[in-house]
Amino acid sequence: MIVLQAMVDGLSLGALYALIAVGYTVVYGIIQLINFAHGEVFMVGAFGSMTVWLLVPGQQLGLWMLPIMLIGGMVASVAIALLMERVAYRPLRNSPRLAPLITAIGVSVFLQEFVRLFYGRIPGFPDAKANVTFPTIEGVTGTAIKLGGLDIDRPTIFTLAALIVCTVFLYLFVNKSRIGRAMQATSQDPDTARLMGINVDRIIMIAFAVGAVLAAIAGTAQGMMNTNINFKMGFIAGLKAFSAAVLGGIGNIWGALVGGLVIGVLESLATQVMPHGSAWKDVWAFVVLILILVFRPQGLLGARVVDRA
Amino acid sequence: MDRWVEMLEIKDLKVAYGRVRAVKGVSFTVEEGQIVCLLGTNGAGKTTTLKTISGLLRAESGEIWFDGRRIDAQPAHEIVGLGLAHSPEGRRIFPRLTVEDNLRLGAFARKDKAGIAKDLQRAYGLFPVLYERRAQPAGTFSGGEQQMLAIGRSLLSHPRLLMLDEPSMGLSPLMMQRIMTTIAELQQEGVTILLVEQNAQAALSLADYGYVLETGVITLENTGRALLSDERVRKAYLGED
Repeated sequence: MIVLQAMVDGLSLGALYALIAVGYTVVYGIIQLINFAHGEVFMVGAFGSMTVWLLVPGQQLGLWMLPIMLIGGMVASVAIALLMERVAYRPLRNSPRLAPLITAIGVSVFLQEFVRLFYGRIPGFPDAKANVTFPTIEGVTGTAIKLGGLDIDRPTIFTLAALIVCTVFLYLFVNKSRIGRAMQATSQDPDTARLMGINVDRIIMIAFAVGAVLAAIAGTAQGMMNTNINFKMGFIAGLKAFSAAVLGGIGNIWGALVGGLVIGVLESLATQVMPHGSAWKDVWAFVVLILILVFRPQGLLGARVVDRA
Repeated sequence: MDRWVEMLEIKDLKVAYGRVRAVKGVSFTVEEGQIVCLLGTNGAGKTTTLKTISGLLRAESGEIWFDGRRIDAQPAHEIVGLGLAHSPEGRRIFPRLTVEDNLRLGAFARKDKAGIAKDLQRAYGLFPVLYERRAQPAGTFSGGEQQMLAIGRSLLSHPRLLMLDEPSMGLSPLMMQRIMTTIAELQQEGVTILLVEQNAQAALSLADYGYVLETGVITLENTGRALLSDERVRKAYLGED
């Protein structure tokens, strides 16, 4: 039973990593940049939905607040992601690959510090130098649901449902839409994509935006799971999601989803089943990262079946 | 109206990669309905010239006029919409997309659904193998099939001027013949063609007019037939001594 419980908890955690991991992998697939500031896009998403909640008068906790908060988080995340692409990465598009990578780390630190120092200065907003209590929305937070001896946390249900909806949306978007096909073309051969009439700059912006939308959902889910958020929440979560993206095969969206779930379940099992496991909570994702880089660097689903003849 | 109309005009084009200038002041014209051939050895600047016309590279100086409109400052993704398609060297099909997705991407700049459907049928009509294998990933194709796909994909933009860079590269003689026949057919349908070829014999037999490019400058120009019998061309490009 403890194993089963650990797996349920792991799926919840894994769904969170999966939602974040998509952002790393989509951007990497188009411009071969590891956007190390993507963890902060997730953090800003959490603060964005928090902010919307603060702006609605009367500290509303009804379930109807959830979609409004999600939209607020998405707007904040997308805005930050597009801004970093335009200001920090686009000018370095033709530089050696190390330059945008280091810039990404700089953007990451900048965003953490910016939220830490300035969020609380807005009148009526809580100080963000430490944990900020996240609103406990009815229905998706509160007492766990009992199901045959298992405790299923309410945020878990939300997170898994969000992951399923996002997966369907991504599948349709990537494979069935005109823009999705243009994204695949751009990722395979950007110059030839331009010859087809595809505006590659716009495709890159869409890639950042898609990752940001999913990160904002994850940020809100994390807030409800942990009942609080803070300026550095994106750091470890981002690195674990990055590991998930590498595990699945960086550049492969489905790999990121699978990798996220695998890392979440492994982490939960190791933490709950092994003696003193919880002290090592943040180790397992990186053990997986190292193992996969050594033994299967292309990732679980990263093998290209067919390429240029 | 038998007067030729200039469709493409290049004026004193100079292009550099970093500090190396690959095209050093090239001028030429392509008239409507013609097949014009650019000849030259590797590194002569042929591919660079085409890439600059389609907007993938920026010129240092010079002018590019297409259809009475100056296009040398326009981004590549807008140029194809004007009716100027570029089928790049090495075919550059999208290997992990299906044949049909590749073809449809050729029409990305268009909005007229009926026209796209018609041009899709036209591409399938020209190359039935593409229709038979339309659901397969394009990367599974042989070189010749990929070349057919690349040409078919360019046609989906419904170009009035089609630039083909080395369409016969790496193909068997039979397949090459097939591609050359297709180019002649396209001209019959009214498509103007700017052809870059290593295979001078085949290209000049088709071409109305030809230019010889050597290390970034045009050294010779004449009708296709005249170039074919020109001693300098025969020595340098047709392997005769």
